Amino acid sequence: MAAAALREQLNALLSSMFASGLVDDQFQQLQMLQEDGGTPGFVAEVVTLFCDDADRIISELAALLEQPIVDFDKVDAYVHQLKGSSASVGAQKVKFTCMQFRQLCQDKNRDGCIMALAVVRNEFYDLRNKFQTMLQLEQQIQAQQ
Amino acid sequence: MGVGGRGEAAVSAAPAEEAAGKDGEEGSRWTMKEKLIAAAVLVWVLASAASGVVVHRNIRHAALQKMEEGLVSMCEERARMLQDQFAVSVNHVHALAILVATFHYEKHPPALDQDTFAEYTARTSFERPLLSGVAYAQRVEHADREGFERQQGWIIKTMKHEPSPVQDEYAPVVYSQETVSYIEGLDMMSGEEDRENILRSRASGKAVLTRPFRLMSNHLGVVLTFPVYHVDLPPDAKEEERVAATAGYLGGSFDVESLVENLLRQLAGNQELVVNVYDVTNSSDPLVMYGSLVLLGIPSPSHICMLDFGDPFRKHHMVCRYRNKPHLPWSAISTPSGVFVIGMLVGYIIFAAWSRYDNVKEDCRKMEELKKQAEAADVAKSQFLATVSHEIRTPMNGVLGMLDMLLDTDLTSTQRDFAQTAQVCGKALISLINEVLDRAKIEAGKLDLESVPFDLRSILDDVIALFSSKSREKGIELAVYVSERVPEILLGDPGRFRQIITNLVGNSIKFTERGHIFVQVHLADHSNLATESEVEPVANGMNGHKDEKTAVATSVSLNTLSGFEAADSRNSWESFKLLLSCEKNEMPYESVSDKVTLVVSVEDTGIGIPLEAQAKVFTPFMQADSSTSRTYGGTGIGLSISKCLVELMGGQINFVSRPQVGSTFTFTAVLQRCDRRAIGDSKPVMLHPLPSSFKGLSALLVDRRPVRATVTKYHLQRLGIACDVVATIELALGVLSGRNGSSLTSTKQPCMLLIESDSWGFKIDVSLRSRLLEMKQNGHTHVLPKIILLAAAESGKLKAQYAVDSVITKPLKASALAACLFQTLGITRSSNERRDNSGSLHGLLLGKNILVVDDNKVNLRVAAGTLKKFGAKVECVESGKDALALLQVPYKFHLCLMDIQMPEMDGFEATQQIRAMEAKANEQAVACDDSERDGATRAAKWHLPVLAMTADVIQATHEECTKYGMDGYVTKPFEEKQLFQALKKFLDPGMSS
Repeated sequence: MAAAALREQLNALLSSMFASGLVDDQFQQLQMLQEDGGTPGFVAEVVTLFCDDADRIISELAALLEQPIVDFDKVDAYVHQLKGSSASVGAQKVKFTCMQFRQLCQDKNRDGCIMALAVVRNEFYDLRNKFQTMLQLEQQIQAQQ
Repeated sequence: MGVGGRGEAAVSAAPAEEAAGKDGEEGSRWTMKEKLIAAAVLVWVLASAASGVVVHRNIRHAALQKMEEGLVSMCEERARMLQDQFAVSVNHVHALAILVATFHYEKHPPALDQDTFAEYTARTSFERPLLSGVAYAQRVEHADREGFERQQGWIIKTMKHEPSPVQDEYAPVVYSQETVSYIEGLDMMSGEEDRENILRSRASGKAVLTRPFRLMSNHLGVVLTFPVYHVDLPPDAKEEERVAATAGYLGGSFDVESLVENLLRQLAGNQELVVNVYDVTNSSDPLVMYGSLVLLGIPSPSHICMLDFGDPFRKHHMVCRYRNKPHLPWSAISTPSGVFVIGMLVGYIIFAAWSRYDNVKEDCRKMEELKKQAEAADVAKSQFLATVSHEIRTPMNGVLGMLDMLLDTDLTSTQRDFAQTAQVCGKALISLINEVLDRAKIEAGKLDLESVPFDLRSILDDVIALFSSKSREKGIELAVYVSERVPEILLGDPGRFRQIITNLVGNSIKFTERGHIFVQVHLADHSNLATESEVEPVANGMNGHKDEKTAVATSVSLNTLSGFEAADSRNSWESFKLLLSCEKNEMPYESVSDKVTLVVSVEDTGIGIPLEAQAKVFTPFMQADSSTSRTYGGTGIGLSISKCLVELMGGQINFVSRPQVGSTFTFTAVLQRCDRRAIGDSKPVMLHPLPSSFKGLSALLVDRRPVRATVTKYHLQRLGIACDVVATIELALGVLSGRNGSSLTSTKQPCMLLIESDSWGFKIDVSLRSRLLEMKQNGHTHVLPKIILLAAAESGKLKAQYAVDSVITKPLKASALAACLFQTLGITRSSNERRDNSGSLHGLLLGKNILVVDDNKVNLRVAAGTLKKFGAKVECVESGKDALALLQVPYKFHLCLMDIQMPEMDGFEATQQIRAMEAKANEQAVACDDSERDGATRAAKWHLPVLAMTADVIQATHEECTKYGMDGYVTKPFEEKQLFQALKKFLDPGMSS
């Protein structure tokens, strides 16, 4: 497969991600950072960091919420962290769901939190799939060059 | 009095009610006041009454005195008369005595007898009006009694008609007047009074009077007795001689009662007076001679007159008094009561005035209070509005954000329509809330204008861009013209400036269905010049040029931007030309002062403002009429905000409007000049420079309307393109072919031909193109100019329809023009113009050591990446503790960016520790400073700028940051503009190590 086709595929993927609101301007900023700053692999690094971090937080959250007495302060702290990293990456949908999650957390609504966690997880997995596809495509392109 | 009393009651009732509402202390003060009032009223009433009484007294006294005087005079008059009459009677008795002496004793035989005496006395009785009768009694000694009795033929009888007992002597009446004939033969000596009288009179030789007693006629009276002597005695004769010489006694009874009655009857004022005559010989027991003894009930003034009836032994006096109680004159009552009434009235007037003054003062105080309350309420209202609007805005942003996201998802067309409607409504609500917030802020005096450099022209371009779609929809010509003399960069508040213009243009768009909207900006000084010179041609028109003037009149009104008439004739081509000529003359402008007064006018050809509504256009929530808001929507708050903003900018706003013709809003604003060099590169974020690639090009514009042509020229000139204007395509071709090349101001051949769409005829494109080609072949022109059509309608269709190189859609703005020209002329942007925005941030951060503290690896990585992009050297740590370990004096970092929420040690705590450490180091530095004073670097105090990285940028966070010793905050994720704003205070480009 030619590099151009791959690139086209990548562009289509990115534009679909932007169009569906999965990522926002911040992600674009990151890409520009990579291009202008001459730091290849920057986006990949950040995205990988984010994915690992988020994965860890989500499993922590799941564990916390399974406890008979939920420590909502701790939950809140984790969600805040997740929100911060998703904002940094530009993972818009995850960020928004995190905002709702925090609201429920402050209300000490356990069922709501569990539901919110499910939503966050879904959003995150969706995003992670897209990110992985994206990184794969980029690697392929680099390999071709 | 009645009036006074009622009024007083009414007035005193009001403070009483007042007192009820107040607390105790005040209540007692009020009752004190009431007491004072009552006392004052009492004193006043008493004073009035007293003065009334005094007046009454005076009048009565005067009246009494007058009456007394009258009494005295009347009494004296009566006494004198009585005395005179009495004296006359006595004299007559005297004369009778002499008569008796003469004719009875000196004649022998006596010439008198009873008949003669009776007749004589009867005939002369008129002479003695006071005497009821006279009689003569002869002195008869006891020795002679029998002889006498014999001679007379009767015996001497006593008063009781009894034969007289034996006496030493007798005095039997021998002659008597007929009226008293009943006493004939009676011995006068037998009556006690008579006897005494007889004895006294013969001793003194004068007339004597008895004390008053009841006469036989049952009237009070006195008896007068006069002695008759045998011989004429000398006046100094002794008593014994007199007694011896006595022959008899002449007596007369005075019927005092009836006589005085008669006398008084003749006199005036008889009815009023009561006259009493007393015999006061024995002063302790006065005897009544006349008048009733009954005393009148009321003691009334009396007058006593002494009477001398010729008897030295007896004393009489007359007492006069008024019969009735002397009644007082009416004035004695009416005057004092009048005085009293007047006094009460005056008192009432004073009282009423005083209490009115009191009331008014009280009312005034209340008003003051209410005013204060109202003002406080107004401020509270504004604050409430501000708070509420703010509170509404926050969730509304969420709603709008979510709607945005919703619209990005897959929606059916109906759902999309609903969501879009909701979004439009939400946006309208937000803008309304913003307006209310602005208004409230202005009213609360909390709105401060910024003072930052900005490019007025680009702001106007933005406004035009905002309304371009609407103006295209409506087919309205929308244009901007900024005078060349207006400086490129001005210091002021661009946001607020834009707000005013947006509002005015928005209004114009709303109310205009045809014609144009034209925004002009001039400097104040020559705008005035044009207005003044505008008057002159009108004046000239009056003398002589009338025909010419009327001929032009129709076209004058059409010489506006779109050809429609405008309300303010100042904006017609004539005056516009004047403005332009002024600019040319005065170029280049010299900056005399820092202040620049701009005159901005927004002219439209809309429905205008009804005359009756023009006065309240700037009042908040006031639209021309209620139907306006139904037809066109809007709240009517915009103009009032604009007015406030204009006034804040030190200017004025006013308008000229003619219904169905249009409105022209004009405002002035005072801004500051700003030299471009002075700004340097430090604040280029605000500026959007236009591409410079077109410098030196020239163009030819075909436009029938001079105003529109000027606007187009203005935009071309901003791009550096020289421009010539011709009215028709024919003329343009002429110019291009060089037939009248002298008319061209630019020596270069125009590389583009801009043609207004209304000069464009059917099929003209083909002929034009062929003519141009022909010209090129002929060698008249070296390059074929690009043909650009300026059109108000959609560009795509026109470009397809006509064979032109490009179509520029109105409204014109420099950036759009530039974009179009780039495309048409095939010029590429010079690359250095592309991205110089971040250059400043680059300059700021280049070579700086920055410590970033965040527990979130992702955030850390992104932040580091961004900062590195701008040339900073970044070190990252993941906790506050690690940061503290790295931060040791002397610092190698220029700046520290710190996340707030971190486990173990959060940002606030870390900062506090950093500050504590710095304080310690500074103390040591000061201590060292004493020993080595020269060490200038030592003197600098350690203070590392620490900025918080936070996602929620609300005011509270900022305050908290400052509280914990942080210097500010940056948003997370970084926003270039905000980052620059936050960092520029702490990092200056020259400081890089």
